[in-house]
Amino acid sequence: MYGNDVIDPNEPLNAAETDAYDAATAHEDQRDAVGDDFEALIAADQRIEPRDAMPDTYRETLIRQIAQHAHSEIIGMQPEGNWITRAPSLRRKAILIAKVQDEAGHGLYLYSAAETLGIDRQELLDRLHDGKQKYSSIFNYPTLTWADCGAIGWLVDGAAIMNQVPLCRCSYGPYARAMIRVCKEESFHQRQGFEILWNLMRGTESQRAMAQDAADRWWWPALAMFGPPDTGEAAKGGHTAQSMAWGIKRFSNDDLRQKFVDMMVPQAEKLGIVLPDPDLRWNPERGHYDFGEVDWDEFWRVLRGDGACNAERIAHRRRAHEEGAWVREAANAYAAKQATREQQQQQKESAA
Amino acid sequence: MSDHVTSAAPSASESAERESLPGAAENTGAAPGAKPYATYLLGLADDAMVYAQRLGEWMTNAPQIEEDMALGNIALDLLGQARGLYPYIGSIDGTGRGEDDYAMLRDERRWHNVHLVEQERGDFADEMARLLWFSAYQVELHTALTASADDVVAGVAGKALKEVRYHLDHASLWVVRLGDGTEESHRRMQAALEHVLPHLAELFDHDEASVLAADLEVGVLPSTLHDAVVARVARVVEQATLTLPDGSRWRSRGGRAGIHSRPMGSLLAEMQHIARSHPGATW
Ligand SMILES: [Fe+2]
Ligand SMILES: [Fe+2]
Repeated sequence: MYGNDVIDPNEPLNAAETDAYDAATAHEDQRDAVGDDFEALIAADQRIEPRDAMPDTYRETLIRQIAQHAHSEIIGMQPEGNWITRAPSLRRKAILIAKVQDEAGHGLYLYSAAETLGIDRQELLDRLHDGKQKYSSIFNYPTLTWADCGAIGWLVDGAAIMNQVPLCRCSYGPYARAMIRVCKEESFHQRQGFEILWNLMRGTESQRAMAQDAADRWWWPALAMFGPPDTGEAAKGGHTAQSMAWGIKRFSNDDLRQKFVDMMVPQAEKLGIVLPDPDLRWNPERGHYDFGEVDWDEFWRVLRGDGACNAERIAHRRRAHEEGAWVREAANAYAAKQATREQQQQQKESAA
Repeated sequence: MSDHVTSAAPSASESAERESLPGAAENTGAAPGAKPYATYLLGLADDAMVYAQRLGEWMTNAPQIEEDMALGNIALDLLGQARGLYPYIGSIDGTGRGEDDYAMLRDERRWHNVHLVEQERGDFADEMARLLWFSAYQVELHTALTASADDVVAGVAGKALKEVRYHLDHASLWVVRLGDGTEESHRRMQAALEHVLPHLAELFDHDEASVLAADLEVGVLPSTLHDAVVARVARVVEQATLTLPDGSRWRSRGGRAGIHSRPMGSLLAEMQHIARSHPGATW
């Protein structure tokens, strides 16, 4: 579906195409030796399964994280979904439909993973619609031009993969397995985004300008996707330390951000896109790129609800859900009638 | 565009400009390698293309996430059917046009789809009524076309047949659920069957292009599909405890000749505007 590669298909473009993915997905099951105790399983880097006893706080942390992840997939359909009718070629239209469809599928896997922790999808959706649970703040930015579909694939899916590859070895089994599947598909998403930008950068002057403008607008929000700085003192308390101890989180936000920058800068050079950061330069001593500071004030402002699209995204989601209520009720009513009919049929047969 | 008669190798867009308007199918067949049934195939491709465009609008708007995916799937299948036909049509109508020349650069008067597929998205029941009729029609159509004298057409039909059977199953499932669900869903589904009614007759209308294609045993006469399509729909409607409405005071006509209803212009404007804003660009 995603078609031709504009650059060497053997060259890794994102974290799901590197050894990190293979390492994260290689899981050695030692449960027979370790037993069923939660702490022992965590210490031995084994997977916790739904039937296992687990601390309430572990369960709650996972529900919150998996739900937020599922909501992000579903809300994340909107920024690109609104370009399906406008995609500039039929090939692009087909790829975009398939991509948005994949995101819906990711949402479903993740809601299912959350359901193994004893909560149902309906309840999670209610929490999303009521603003009680969040989704990734990146989707509160608008998609202004066709090039934004490229920038989202390249940068946003790219950053998401960087975040998600370590989750392939998350201690909670159903989440880890969902991530293994999701990361493979995300890798295609990132490639098609790169390809959109590649074509634009080799197109007309206005196409190049469109691509550069999109990269200018999405670069910093993509870096913010790794969350606020959490190395040094910041990492010692709170959620981060606990999630690290539980094997839910594997790397600090800053580590992942650095890896992402290091991976993207050479790709930007290949594309011919100038990343909008005057402080971006290779540091031979560190063996990494130095880069500027994310505008964290803006990050917090958007996270608190004051971004270009916060209201629109939730309103869209709620409207679709409310407009569909009568359909879901009908499906339930029909299923109930069918169950009754089958029961009556069986009674008739056993009476006969 | 005045010297087109002597121009040896017209560009795609020039060819599009000088293409005669629908209804004059025989006039486009002058170029070498040209086959006279291109206009007929364009009708089939345009039906699939325009309906894919409408179904694509459902993504993020469906009643549940599974349905966002299912309608996306159906849109992708129909888009694939159109993409299977356009380049071939370009090779037999003498213009050498590619898929995007047809989809992105054609004006409304040069589209040959029926009105049914261009109508605006109503509620979910409206969409299921349209999908039920259209996919029942496509099942019969593609079954017949697998025997087409043109191998390419037979091949496209063979692949499409598997897809449209699934579309018909999907629509049938929902029409039954909605018809036999709640009072509200029954009412809405019955209303949807009424809404779609004026746009059905056109599926079975003959025009010059379809008569010609049928004569050449490449295509099928639309009227010959009518009874089987109605029988398929009637079975579902009955199971859904609904009634098949009959007779409407008006009916749509003219789509195959490029005479469209009001929503078509807006649909094309949205679909084509990026491509048309950047002449000569590739994506
Ligand atoms: Fe995703
Ligand atoms: Fe993605």
